[in-house]
Amino acid sequence: MTTILAHTPSSSGYWRSPVRGVRFTAVLGLVLLIGITVLFVTGLLSYAAYNPDLSPVNDKTPGKGLLGFYLFAWPTGPHWLYRLTQGLHVTLGIVLVPVLLAKLWSVVPKLFALPPARSLGHALERISLLLLVGGALFEFVTGLLNIQLEYLFPGSFYPLHFYGAWVFFAAFLTHAALRMPQAVRVLRSGRLSEASPGDPLESPAPSAPTISRRGALAVVGAGSLVLLITSVGRSFDGPLRRLAVLAPHGVDEPGSGPGGFQINKTAAAAGVTTADTGENWWLTVSGPAGNLRLTRRDLMAMDQYSAALPIACVEGWSTSDQRWRGVRLSDLAVLAGYPDGVPGLLVESMQRSGPFRRAALRDNQVRDPSSLLALQVNGEDLTPDHGYPARIIVPAAPGVLNTKWVSRLTFGSL
Amino acid sequence: MNPRAVVRRLYGEGPLHLLLTAASFALAGYAGVRLLAGDAVGVVVWFVGAALVHDLVLVPVYASADRLLCRFADRRPGLVNFVRVPVLLSGLLLLVWFPLITRQAERYEPASGLSPDVFLGNWLLITAALFLVSAFWLVVRTVRLRRRQTKGRPSASH
Repeated sequence: MTTILAHTPSSSGYWRSPVRGVRFTAVLGLVLLIGITVLFVTGLLSYAAYNPDLSPVNDKTPGKGLLGFYLFAWPTGPHWLYRLTQGLHVTLGIVLVPVLLAKLWSVVPKLFALPPARSLGHALERISLLLLVGGALFEFVTGLLNIQLEYLFPGSFYPLHFYGAWVFFAAFLTHAALRMPQAVRVLRSGRLSEASPGDPLESPAPSAPTISRRGALAVVGAGSLVLLITSVGRSFDGPLRRLAVLAPHGVDEPGSGPGGFQINKTAAAAGVTTADTGENWWLTVSGPAGNLRLTRRDLMAMDQYSAALPIACVEGWSTSDQRWRGVRLSDLAVLAGYPDGVPGLLVESMQRSGPFRRAALRDNQVRDPSSLLALQVNGEDLTPDHGYPARIIVPAAPGVLNTKWVSRLTFGSL
Repeated sequence: MNPRAVVRRLYGEGPLHLLLTAASFALAGYAGVRLLAGDAVGVVVWFVGAALVHDLVLVPVYASADRLLCRFADRRPGLVNFVRVPVLLSGLLLLVWFPLITRQAERYEPASGLSPDVFLGNWLLITAALFLVSAFWLVVRTVRLRRRQTKGRPSASH
């Protein structure tokens, strides 16, 4: 009977890697403590950047309740703010994959430990661990699938990733609070390679070592490094993007010339045709002054301003600053009947589908002198894929709020 | 009996544990109700399934592969890591980017205007490079070991 038990995962003798040990787990745990905290904070910032409390069209989680307690008016400066926070969120998430996998590997014997629960407290902790492990994997998997545009998950990405993050973080906080003191203590008490007295993770019958604990950590670090090198370039242009050889929006630019930079959704994918964007196109500007119809020629005749701004996507990729040129949104607000005190703005696109074909901008975003209805980029007319005949460009806003193929601007009523 | 001891006897852990766990479940419940508001069954399957697939499929698969590798390299245990590390890194890249590498992600090309065809080739090239680096490392190490051994030995010709 004992020999059979020694061969089931529930017996400590079954797990024989000499790498496992509480100090090895503690190192990975502390890395994750810092890394996941950064992921959570940057994730909450990204959620705020959409201004979900501004208008129902921006809000993909109308039932959020108190989870949106911290929401604030997303600023327009520095203009690279969202590029930084979201690039950090996604790239760090990718880089932490091997750390998470190694951490889970290091504690896998505990999953099979018997009895299933020693006490009520222990039972609750194990349920909490299911939320922790399931939640971590759920967040990483939905995130990684979303940036590859592989929407296999059961529902819309926004609510799944947002509410999932809160479920996960609830378990993560408790786990960190209960375990961090122990992690710090065991790391202070001796070297990584040494046995720790009463170590519940150390194998009682370890096999001959093939790699040291330090070596195993180096392999995890190498995994993170390889992932970093092959993906970080998607937040930059030029040679760095070419280095992002495995990441979406890495390797190549979609074209050459002034409009050759990265595209989130092509005109073809959005169902926008030349019939929509040709000579017959006009922009409707609505406000207290009524409904104004402006052709592209009318818009070109207005004062033109320039702004150097990036496109930064929720998927984590971004471009360097592009030189946009067009009409200030604040000038259009004056036309719409707001001579002083610029209001919020509802933007509508000609695109046939997509969760953000209508999007709202807050007054601070409309007021910013760099916020344009762009007609040109890098010295040429916009290309169809970048929103010809006219698109919105707002500093520090997530890419989807920079609406392309604009057909209507409604000032004041969101 | 002090209340601390009562909690510990009935609950099995300290009072801080009880408070933290209760707070955690309350918050998780608040968010969880919202998470499950859509396709509840689908979300539960994904949430629990992710943990089960990881613990009962992914870990056993790579652990068995590793055990197999170690058995093959039984007589030369020093060589294991020169195979293990490149396989692990290559597998990690495949795990993270499989929708693009295997061209499953059908929305990618029409949306971005970029071809996903580059990813499979790039992954294979990276894998080749990882093995080359590993082989180079092994050669350097072997040469160094040999030199050290011949230096340590007295010359045979005298």
